[in-house]
Amino acid sequence: MTSPRIDAPLPGPPTDPTTPGDDPRARRLLQRRRWAGRLRVRSVSGVWRQPSVVVALSLLALWVLAALLAPLVAPYDPVTQSAQIYASPSSQHWFGTDELGRDVFSRVIHGARLSLPVAVAIVAVALAIGTLLGLLAGYIGRAVDEIVMRITDLFFAFPQIILAMAVAAAFGPSTRNAVIALIIVSWPTYARVIRSSVLSVRGSDYLASSRLLGVGPVQALRRDVVPNSVGPAVVLATLELGNAVLMLSALSFLGLGPRPPAPEWGAMIAAGSRDLSMWWVSAFPGLAILTVVLAFNILGDALRDRLDPRYARGLS
Amino acid sequence: MTPLLDVRHLAVSLPGADGSPLPVIHDATLHVGRGEIVGIAGESGSGKSMTAQALLGLLPENAQVSGSAVLDGETELVGLDERGWQGVRGVRIAMVFQDATAALHPMLTVGRQLTEHLRHHLGLDRRGAERRALELLDRVRIPGGRGALRTYPHQLSGGMRQRVAIASALACEPELLIADEPTTALDVTVQAGILELFDELRRESDLSVLFITHDLGVLSALTTRAYVFYAGRVMESGPTGELLLRPRHPYTAALLRARPHADDSWEVRGGTAAEAQPNGSKRPLPMTTIPGSAVTPATAPPGCPFAPRCGYTEDGCTSEVPAMTAVASGHHVACRVLPDLTEVPG
Amino acid sequence: MRGRTGRPLRSRLFHAPLARLLLRRLATTVVLLFGVTVLTFTLIQLVPGDSMTASLSETALNDPSVVAAYRAKWGLDEPLITQYAIYVGNLLQGDLGVSRQTSRSVLGDLMTYVPATLEIAIPAMVLSVVLGTGIGLYAALRHGRRGDHVVRVGSLLGLSTPPFWLALVALYVFFYLLGVAPSGGRLSSWITPPPRVTGMITVDALLAGEWMIWWDAVQHLVLPVAVLTCLTVAALVRFVRSAMLEVLDQDYVRAARAKGLPTFTVVRRHVLRAGLVPVITVSGLAFASLLSGTVLVEQIFSWPGVGQYAFRAASGLDLPAVLGVSLFVAVVYTLVNLMVDLLYGVIDPRIRLS
Repeated sequence: MTSPRIDAPLPGPPTDPTTPGDDPRARRLLQRRRWAGRLRVRSVSGVWRQPSVVVALSLLALWVLAALLAPLVAPYDPVTQSAQIYASPSSQHWFGTDELGRDVFSRVIHGARLSLPVAVAIVAVALAIGTLLGLLAGYIGRAVDEIVMRITDLFFAFPQIILAMAVAAAFGPSTRNAVIALIIVSWPTYARVIRSSVLSVRGSDYLASSRLLGVGPVQALRRDVVPNSVGPAVVLATLELGNAVLMLSALSFLGLGPRPPAPEWGAMIAAGSRDLSMWWVSAFPGLAILTVVLAFNILGDALRDRLDPRYARGLS
Repeated sequence: MTPLLDVRHLAVSLPGADGSPLPVIHDATLHVGRGEIVGIAGESGSGKSMTAQALLGLLPENAQVSGSAVLDGETELVGLDERGWQGVRGVRIAMVFQDATAALHPMLTVGRQLTEHLRHHLGLDRRGAERRALELLDRVRIPGGRGALRTYPHQLSGGMRQRVAIASALACEPELLIADEPTTALDVTVQAGILELFDELRRESDLSVLFITHDLGVLSALTTRAYVFYAGRVMESGPTGELLLRPRHPYTAALLRARPHADDSWEVRGGTAAEAQPNGSKRPLPMTTIPGSAVTPATAPPGCPFAPRCGYTEDGCTSEVPAMTAVASGHHVACRVLPDLTEVPG
Repeated sequence: MRGRTGRPLRSRLFHAPLARLLLRRLATTVVLLFGVTVLTFTLIQLVPGDSMTASLSETALNDPSVVAAYRAKWGLDEPLITQYAIYVGNLLQGDLGVSRQTSRSVLGDLMTYVPATLEIAIPAMVLSVVLGTGIGLYAALRHGRRGDHVVRVGSLLGLSTPPFWLALVALYVFFYLLGVAPSGGRLSSWITPPPRVTGMITVDALLAGEWMIWWDAVQHLVLPVAVLTCLTVAALVRFVRSAMLEVLDQDYVRAARAKGLPTFTVVRRHVLRAGLVPVITVSGLAFASLLSGTVLVEQIFSWPGVGQYAFRAASGLDLPAVLGVSLFVAVVYTLVNLMVDLLYGVIDPRIRLS
């Protein structure tokens, strides 16, 4: 009853002269991967044309500019106090002044100079740690995998902000310690994601076929594993940039972030919460956080729709 | 006499990533007679499954469908609204899916899945539905009676699951059964049992079946007539034996040559395996592959979609879509060249 | 089909695998909780300077006898491994240390504050799961159309809003501008709380038959519950939506439609049932989101629960209290996840009957 399956891919002519090996199955699989790779690059380029992404990118560009040019853009020094406390928004103080007479607009602008680099630093370090451990766990497997995964389990036993709060409280309140706390709570996510994408490559046919073609483990790591982990990592990192901004503000709302008088958005909201009638003190830093985080989330979402195969279907 | 199902110039397109319509079926004309098992063969992406889904109104809502598909000479299926479809699906046309493991709900008992539409369509009460379900199990040769009704799909073997799916499709005595590769996901031995079941059902109850497959062996074992799809178009149609023994379309011939012949054990109605070679010689030709790769309806070139991979092309092939022409009684081919296929193209 | 042994079919099918699942999950949970104590213990060791200075109040640090008692109790002069054993021993006896700010035992403090948190967390949890599932399913069914886009934008907004800021905005609008909500707290100041039975004022008021008090307490609940629900729903909707999209794309849903069942029946019986698994997962997520939410929101609403306790502990650098809250939250969260895992087993016949 066995009979030919028309569905089996028909081997095409060798289009790529560099394709190694004579095994048609392996060659086909490698070709299929290249094809997928090309498709991927093309579809990412389409992301930048979506209206929501354009809005998100413009927002981010504005904030990055604000952060870079804060001393030029901000009309006042962010920490200098004045007698004019709780002035409502006016042409002089666009966003009003706070309980110490500081210009809220200038503090919000300088807040970007604080939050954005901090978020980038948190994500960069956590991504590096997570990627390294995820690659090791996924690629070496066995005991290493078991150990790394059980350690991440411990971290996932806490809601992120709760653990961050504990770590920051133990280390003492400062920008540096808040950064350390947020790195500590966020690396396990990266490790998990990288590990699972490594495993999906490991279990797949084309790694087997590379082996068949005599590709060594290091080369396979470089050629197959790393490129396939990049997509999920980029998506996650983008979303985590927003999350880092959000969590930093939460820590400093709890009094565990940058010390006063540093213009941190979360701390500014905490200060503004003391008197509801002075709404501008907390409203504008809140909007700042909202717009930055929203931009990262929109961007991460759009990238995920395109890059992450699990989400690609059904969402485009 | 009007055929049970008469499909003319059916075309389907789905919106692509940029919103412009991507064709998935170009122009499909086919019919299924009463008590007949008709095959549709083709590679994946040839539009054969889309045809099945179009005939049940299961395409995504944003699909554009044109042409006509008339059931029983009276019901036009194209353009039917949701309410209209609910009177067709399950009652007049039923479907068996490729993978019963996926097509049966993992969290509902076999009994529930066999009876829910019975109760809805025929208005049976719980006991009447159960009695009917037991009959159905018997008909698809599932042992265990009431106990079997209480099992969940994961407790059954793959073959048993597909039998449950077939029983569920037969529940309301549909006029037409569409089987979308129902044996593909099964082991070879189990596959034989399911094919036998289809054959028995046809003999017992005069069931009409539209049987979609990519397996030429299955095609020859079960169907009396068949359509060969490529890139959303019908390339060749005719009595199955004739198609497989004396194909006239280069694509059909290429498919036949592309099959390995270590297991030339299929029984073509009215012929033997060795005869099933395109050149009619007793010794099989060496297995050859089709050069190039399959095109989808969306990427098909103008003219004959098979032209880029065909060894017999002439000038007009790449500019003009060939029309179906009769080469023998009931045997139609969409090829303007109609080459002598006994010579292997050099 | 099965069950040729003497034992009744039902018990064999239903109870043995579930019991095994329960035991296995209990074991891993216990191991995980020990791991969590290792993590918090490590954290204490990493405290810059001396963990004792971070754990005792100024006055206590100046009293040599208190310091000596502290060192003896936590075994600070012993090797690390012994210290850990003492630490776990104390934890097992419910001793989470003494709060620097309240000078009372952290566990005692927690027990005082838990009912208030439960009072907002339970309704928020129920509302979140119901709304999150409903809205997520709605978005999936309207996939790619306007309703779906609105839901997506809404959930992105919710995910991008700092919880404490949302609470502040809600308070500003509904209390300060519109005057329809109370300013915060659990009861209006002129009302005497009902006798404490459960610690949840709404329940206690009902037990005491005090309808006026009950109504006042409910009014105080609305804003905190609404804010927590918004935040949690935003997180859940995305998850439910993509899970439901996946379900909708399953062959068994197509098969149900191919049977000619009405759309409503297909959704209710086939889609929602398969969607129960993601919904249960979502309940676990909702819980994590709520636990974090309370810490960031209760302070704004002057809600005397665990969240406000945590806020005060964190801003007052009360290390025993912060670690106590964290451990407490981790234990509760882990137990919730255990329940979630067991629920899978109850709901999914593939696990229940495997």
